[in-house]
Amino acid sequence: MTPHRHGPASLTAVDDAWPTAAEVADVLLFRAGHNTNVVILGTALLGVAAGIVGVFALLRKRSLVADALSHATLPGLCLAFLVATALGYSGRTLPVLLAGATVSGVLGVLCIQWLVRHTRLYEDAAIGLILSVFFGAGTVLLSIIQTLQTGTAAGLTHFIYGQTAAMSASDAWLMAAIAAIVVALAALLLKEFALVCFNDAFARVDGWPVTVVDLLMMALVVLVTVAGLQAVGLILVVAMLIIPAVAARFWTEKLWALVLLAAIIGGLSGYLGASASALLPRKPAGAVIVLVSGVVFVVSMLGAPRRGIVAAAIRRARLRLGIAADHLLELAYLASAAGRGATVHADDLAGLRRERGWGAAATAVIGAFLHRRGLGRFDAGAFVATPAGLERGRRVARNHRLWEQYLVSSADIAPSHLDWTVDQVEHVLSDPLVAELEEALAERGIDAHRRTRPPVTADNGSRL
Amino acid sequence: MTFNLALDLFPLTAAVLATLTCGLLGNFLVLRRESLMGDAISHAVLPGLVIAFLISSSRSPLLMLAGAAAAGLVTVVLIEAVRKLGKVEPGAAMGVVFSVMFALGVLLIEQAAAQNVELDPDCVLYGQLETLAWFTAPDTLAGLWAWHTVESIPRQVWLLSVMLAVSAAFVVLLYKELRITSFDPGLATSQGVPAGVMHYALMVLVAAATVAAFEAVGSILVIAMLIAPAATARLLTDRLDTQIGLSLVAAVLAAAGGYFGATLVPGAFDLPSVNAAGSMTVVAGVLVVAAAVLSPSHGFVAKLWRRRRLAERTAVDDLIATLYRGGETGYAALPHDTLRTALLGRRLDATLAAARRRGLIDDRAIGVSLTNAGRAAAAELVRRHRLWEQYLVDDAGLAPDHVHPTAEFLEHLPLAPATDATVDPHGQPIPDPDPDKP
Repeated sequence: MTPHRHGPASLTAVDDAWPTAAEVADVLLFRAGHNTNVVILGTALLGVAAGIVGVFALLRKRSLVADALSHATLPGLCLAFLVATALGYSGRTLPVLLAGATVSGVLGVLCIQWLVRHTRLYEDAAIGLILSVFFGAGTVLLSIIQTLQTGTAAGLTHFIYGQTAAMSASDAWLMAAIAAIVVALAALLLKEFALVCFNDAFARVDGWPVTVVDLLMMALVVLVTVAGLQAVGLILVVAMLIIPAVAARFWTEKLWALVLLAAIIGGLSGYLGASASALLPRKPAGAVIVLVSGVVFVVSMLGAPRRGIVAAAIRRARLRLGIAADHLLELAYLASAAGRGATVHADDLAGLRRERGWGAAATAVIGAFLHRRGLGRFDAGAFVATPAGLERGRRVARNHRLWEQYLVSSADIAPSHLDWTVDQVEHVLSDPLVAELEEALAERGIDAHRRTRPPVTADNGSRL
Repeated sequence: MTFNLALDLFPLTAAVLATLTCGLLGNFLVLRRESLMGDAISHAVLPGLVIAFLISSSRSPLLMLAGAAAAGLVTVVLIEAVRKLGKVEPGAAMGVVFSVMFALGVLLIEQAAAQNVELDPDCVLYGQLETLAWFTAPDTLAGLWAWHTVESIPRQVWLLSVMLAVSAAFVVLLYKELRITSFDPGLATSQGVPAGVMHYALMVLVAAATVAAFEAVGSILVIAMLIAPAATARLLTDRLDTQIGLSLVAAVLAAAGGYFGATLVPGAFDLPSVNAAGSMTVVAGVLVVAAAVLSPSHGFVAKLWRRRRLAERTAVDDLIATLYRGGETGYAALPHDTLRTALLGRRLDATLAAARRRGLIDDRAIGVSLTNAGRAAAAELVRRHRLWEQYLVDDAGLAPDHVHPTAEFLEHLPLAPATDATVDPHGQPIPDPDPDKP
């Protein structure tokens, strides 16, 4: 593992001591000295750039190509180090190393494309192959470097796990330049990027230079990946690309909003991650950045209003509750239509519960739901519907029969096969559709309210 | 080749066992397009290892194994959850889950370091084959036949042997189920083979194999071996049983080749040996590339060769058909310039040489003329061409001036429409069928 990463010199952090509120405020408000500011600002800018680029990588389904790309930089880093050292320069010159990383990373991506295009291997196998073989070649070269000159190789392993604190002012300027390029390109070419991401075949037919746009998007991924190597390391840099984009995807369907949100999430993760790393001892920034964005991802996946899991679960539960209530109200309406009052008696209720598999708790929830809506309530083991509930039950029963008639007369389904599909559809027929069905069936001289089948049994005539 | 019993026996055995296990299971990952699950799992076991280590504050191998296996399973479940519940694209779901897990692991290692506990994530990446050296080895191979040998077998080798046995038993006993669920999960489910259960069973085994292998050989080699041998074999054959056999051969070749190559190749340049796991990965990659380029059935070279042969045959066809049509208008031989135009930019000299080789043309005199064999072959081509034209006008309802390009394409295929027309839409006579052919 890399040597311990203490906070920058401006912060006299003692091991395992929590920072005071004043220290936290200093770091977050850029008052903690030049070095700390440089690191935090540079990482945040990198996060912004990675977030934006990641959106397009995600939409192009290239998330893991970016992973292979970052792993494939290792042999290039090592070779650049070896060549530079052999020529008598310092092997740790950043531009030289990054140039080597870029070359081998791009080579790796080209290899993936060749394998996918010219062999029968699927893309996932090609990605995994390039990722592991290039990284394996990198470890071989790393072991050569380690035996050649002891000590000088230490700088290279930083690129595997990242070392944010090593960021200099010029590195931060580099990040700023990259972020500016990415923002400018995303703003200028949003339409072109969107077109190629969502429908490249159409874009090609429509005369857009799809290959050029695609290469540009890939070049941005390369740029951000290589820039991120030093900050978060080549194993985790892919997280800076993917996670903000995936998290932002839960909140919006609009591309510009997606890009904006991903940039904010990425920037915030970088800012908080680098700050935490500066404040707390032994908190490698790369890992903290990824974990911060991971938290944002979890929150998004759970809590996003439309695509979030919680929202979806609530919607589903509400739908199921509504359907269950419909069943009960339908039964009440049929009872009242048969002249037995707006009441589902205990034995009919028991039959329904058996048929639908409602336990005591589910029945209670359904009762509470109906009561709150003023549709009916349980009374001494039976269910009594209000007039509003009866009306609702009448509509469900009508939908049921309408759909049955439609299936028999227009979809040629045997009457004995109806129940299952009808049971599902009766709850979701919209009012315009119901009107249309009534009209269509009336035109053919079919009475939508005629019974298709006789009651199943005399004593359980509730289900028509 | 120098084989030192003490230094090489157990590391090599461990490497071969690990690559065999991964190579065997990898066949199904590659077929199911789940090759990257190995990648995800091997990254994500890191926090499991560290937590197990922090809880037990010892390097108890069984507990570490349990922790890693638990983390592997959590990863599989989480990826599935993110993919299904969050409706996230599979690749991105994997990337999110394993990078967050790995980051957690890195952070936990730093916390462990704060308590003066040394944990090295490098050994997770690269493995520690060299620690398996057997310092009390006998001097000769004959000395291996002793109880002492069994006692000295390192834990990693035992573990990997068990893992290989379990994996082999899984594949052998559930071969039919694995095959059908890998190729067509929908059909499998409709036949009563639970595709989901097979998926999770395979994932559990991959997680276990990853965990068992990485201590010895490192996770990079595990990722490579879950894909490379199977990919190599898939490029060589279309049959699953053959593919599995070939993948095992490739796995052993990569392990042994990489192991000895790590010492021998640098040794040739007077350099110390390099990382063995890394060089095995490289050998595995070289095998894939070799198969991709040289495979007789699916290789790049074979494909190029077949394409060139087809192009050449088409050019020769066009050449003799042109000569035949020239004969119809009264020219027994045609000059090179006319033929060059007819070949539409394809190389005339090579085409002439190919046709001459097959005895179809004679160009010793002025101009090029057909031999008897050439005339028969050309008559068959022109016959097919005109039959197709007639068919396209009569039965497909195309205009007579639109049928030539299609017929020009179809004439090269060994089939003709069954019509008894004698004249094509342009009024040209359709040659009689070759009486020698049925």
